[in-house]
Amino acid sequence: MHVVYPAVVAALLFSVGVYGVLARRNTILVLMSVELMLNAVNLNLVAFDVWLRDVLHSGQVLTLFVIVIAAAEVGIGLAIVLAVFRTRKAIELDRLRELGEP
Amino acid sequence: MNGVDFWPPSTLEVVFLLLGLVAVGSALLVVTTRQLVHAALWLVVCFGALAGCYLVLTAEFVAWVQVLIYVGAVVVLLLFGIMLTRAPIGRSDDLDSGNRVVAAVVAVATAGVLVGVVVGGFQHAYAELRPGAGSAEELGASIFRNWVLPFEALSVLLLAALIGAIVLSRTDIKGRR
Amino acid sequence: MIASLVVVLPFAGAVLGLLLPRHPHGRSPADNLAANKRAAWFGVVPTALSTALVGWLAWENTPSTSVLTKIDTGGIAITVGLEVAELSVLTAMLVGVVALAVQVYSVGYMRGESRYPSFSAFISLFTSAMLLVVFAADLLVLYVGWEIMGLCSYLLVGHWWEERANSRAAIKAFLVTRLGDVGFLFGIFVLGFAAGSFRIADIMAADIPEPTLVLATLLLLAGVAGKSAQVPLHTWLPDAMAGPTPISALIHAATMVAAGIFVVARLYVLFPQPTLDVLGVAAAIGMLGAALAAFAQNDLKRVLAYSTISQLAYMAAALAGGARDAAVFHLVTHGAFKALLFLCAGAVIHHVGSNLLGHMGGLRRSMPVTFTTMTIGYAALIGLPPASGFFSKDAILYGLERSSSPIQLVLYGSALLTVGVTGAYATRAWLMTFFGTGKIQALPEPAPGTAHVFDGREAPLSMLWPMGVLAVPALLLGFTDAGEFHLAPAVTALAVALLGAAFVYVIWRGAPERDPARLLGPFRDPCEQAFYVDRLYAAVFVRPVLALARGVVRTDDDVVDGAVRATGRATVGLSGLTRHLQNGNAQLYVTGVLAGVLLIAVGAVVLG
Repeated sequence: MHVVYPAVVAALLFSVGVYGVLARRNTILVLMSVELMLNAVNLNLVAFDVWLRDVLHSGQVLTLFVIVIAAAEVGIGLAIVLAVFRTRKAIELDRLRELGEP
Repeated sequence: MNGVDFWPPSTLEVVFLLLGLVAVGSALLVVTTRQLVHAALWLVVCFGALAGCYLVLTAEFVAWVQVLIYVGAVVVLLLFGIMLTRAPIGRSDDLDSGNRVVAAVVAVATAGVLVGVVVGGFQHAYAELRPGAGSAEELGASIFRNWVLPFEALSVLLLAALIGAIVLSRTDIKGRR
Repeated sequence: MIASLVVVLPFAGAVLGLLLPRHPHGRSPADNLAANKRAAWFGVVPTALSTALVGWLAWENTPSTSVLTKIDTGGIAITVGLEVAELSVLTAMLVGVVALAVQVYSVGYMRGESRYPSFSAFISLFTSAMLLVVFAADLLVLYVGWEIMGLCSYLLVGHWWEERANSRAAIKAFLVTRLGDVGFLFGIFVLGFAAGSFRIADIMAADIPEPTLVLATLLLLAGVAGKSAQVPLHTWLPDAMAGPTPISALIHAATMVAAGIFVVARLYVLFPQPTLDVLGVAAAIGMLGAALAAFAQNDLKRVLAYSTISQLAYMAAALAGGARDAAVFHLVTHGAFKALLFLCAGAVIHHVGSNLLGHMGGLRRSMPVTFTTMTIGYAALIGLPPASGFFSKDAILYGLERSSSPIQLVLYGSALLTVGVTGAYATRAWLMTFFGTGKIQALPEPAPGTAHVFDGREAPLSMLWPMGVLAVPALLLGFTDAGEFHLAPAVTALAVALLGAAFVYVIWRGAPERDPARLLGPFRDPCEQAFYVDRLYAAVFVRPVLALARGVVRTDDDVVDGAVRATGRATVGLSGLTRHLQNGNAQLYVTGVLAGVLLIAVGAVVLG
């Protein structure tokens, strides 16, 4: 297996995630895009772990850790989104601009 | 460098590329679809394809964890979020912000830079696949021998996230005045 | 070894005098008296010891050099060392004796003054610095002493600083001498780098090309003119009379102002003819002009100040004419008799309560001792036999007569004329002080700077003793060099001086109430104003410099500070523009961050 293939797939996936983060209004969609980016990283980690044959399996172990952290992140993120929705009645990012310069 | 040609591709490579294509394609649909729930469903497809990629790369355990946690838990969580924020079900045209064109430019540029760098850097790298290298046995041994401490720290982190999420979502806990 | 003790002893006295007298602290009059008493011991004893050691050196009479250490500077090393030679011992003797006399005299003059301890300590410091100049074996060491002298002069002239005019005079003295010292320092540098050493002996032995020598000595001459109050840097000396009279006697008559002449005499072999000619021209103008100015002054101390300028110009003329020994001889005798004159003037002012000649008169009966000693001083100043001035002036005139200098005629003519004018102004001051009718009136309140109220008695003993002691060398010092006596110039000078004196006497005799200075007619005002040099300097230098300073202040306010303020305003304005980017849309921010990261990555890939 050429390492270039998973690396390129991961790069494309990451870029798609970047687009989602920058272009989507709905906060939940932005969270999904962040998940895409994290998965791109995971793919890279696994591919390089396989390529380098790491004795400690650090790539795959780190992938597991990232998955765990991603789960926690989604949990917290959704809680925040819900809190925001409860107080503002909106989760559209471009409507949440109280911190902007008047 | 080690003389493995790109052409003809091996069967595994063909499978991997097809799965990757599915993953990238469904990811694109996630960020472009006009229906919120469809986005979550396309995300399932994308994660599933990625799990397939992991399988091809001999990382079985990671693949199953991916299916369990991402497909099983994260996506369900996201669907709950969609439901709780009373998002419109069905087509809605205002899911994209006015930032779309700039975002597209930045994303394409990111892709260009990353792909360019990756292709330039790993052109000749070739990974010999060894079945069983990512089995639950191997990974379990590795985690509980070499990565115990980060693992325990991570469990504390998870606990903290759990409590944090509960505190954030309950309405009867007021902040200190 | 002994020379270093000579220098260090007064310095130690100064340190002790500054630190100790006020223990235990107290501000009552009794405490002041006790502090003054202790300070007087700290002032007198080290100076006396130092003078005694100089006397031993003079008796031993063996030239020697001692080097304490050599300071490596990376360039030319500085030799910290002292050199004992005939000239230095002679000058040091003068310095020691006059300083001792002045220290003793000050005890009486400054009685009850609350700042007497620092006063006497500064005199000690000054004495130490002057002795350092005299004995220094290295030009930079000499310069250290030279600058400390200038500092002490500043501090002591401004002793009664409560009066604004006094502190102004102190600042003027400091600035004008400093102007000359800049040239002096650069002269030292030129000499040091030309010879590759700052040691005086090395420099004198070095083979320095003539143009370098002319440049270096002309620069040195600037410092000499500043310290010795020679034209064109003489204007500070009359104003410096604002200081207490003992200071005028020590610093501004006998020692510091003589330091310039001393340095020229010390480095005499280095001075090429062109420099000496410049010195000669300045001296010729200075001696006659200052003597005329002295004739028109109404303030006794200013008369003596202009007289000092004139007499110093005499020595400078002698140096310019090649008569170095005569110049040194006159330096010593002048130091003695001018210090004496100042001390006597201090006693008179102490007695009368005023500096002005118009307030004096008929004092010969109430102050017999002062009258006698001051008469000796005036006789020496005029050059009457057998006083010391007669011999030293004769030596100078003889030297000038024989001189091979290209401006010999100017020097000789000017010197002879000055002898006449000197006779005239000395006689005038003498007559107006001690003869005629008494016009003494007690001033209502003694202003600082004009000493004390009239008490109708002769000065205290501590003031009379130094006067008496100084009168001896003023009268007899001339005989030490009587072997070099030449009759013809002596008779000429005596005749001219007597002519001037007799002229004034006749005028005064006609109307004792009126100032003989009226003899000058329309020239009286220019003479009294010292030919408007001060006003000329004010117009040519002071006012333009002040205008320039104001311009600099305005530039600083408007341009420099304006730039700073404008930077602030521009920043605020620009941030007013950029803050519109802060519209609260977090996505926009992230887009910017990612685009920036991308640019950096591309830059790193392309450039790296």
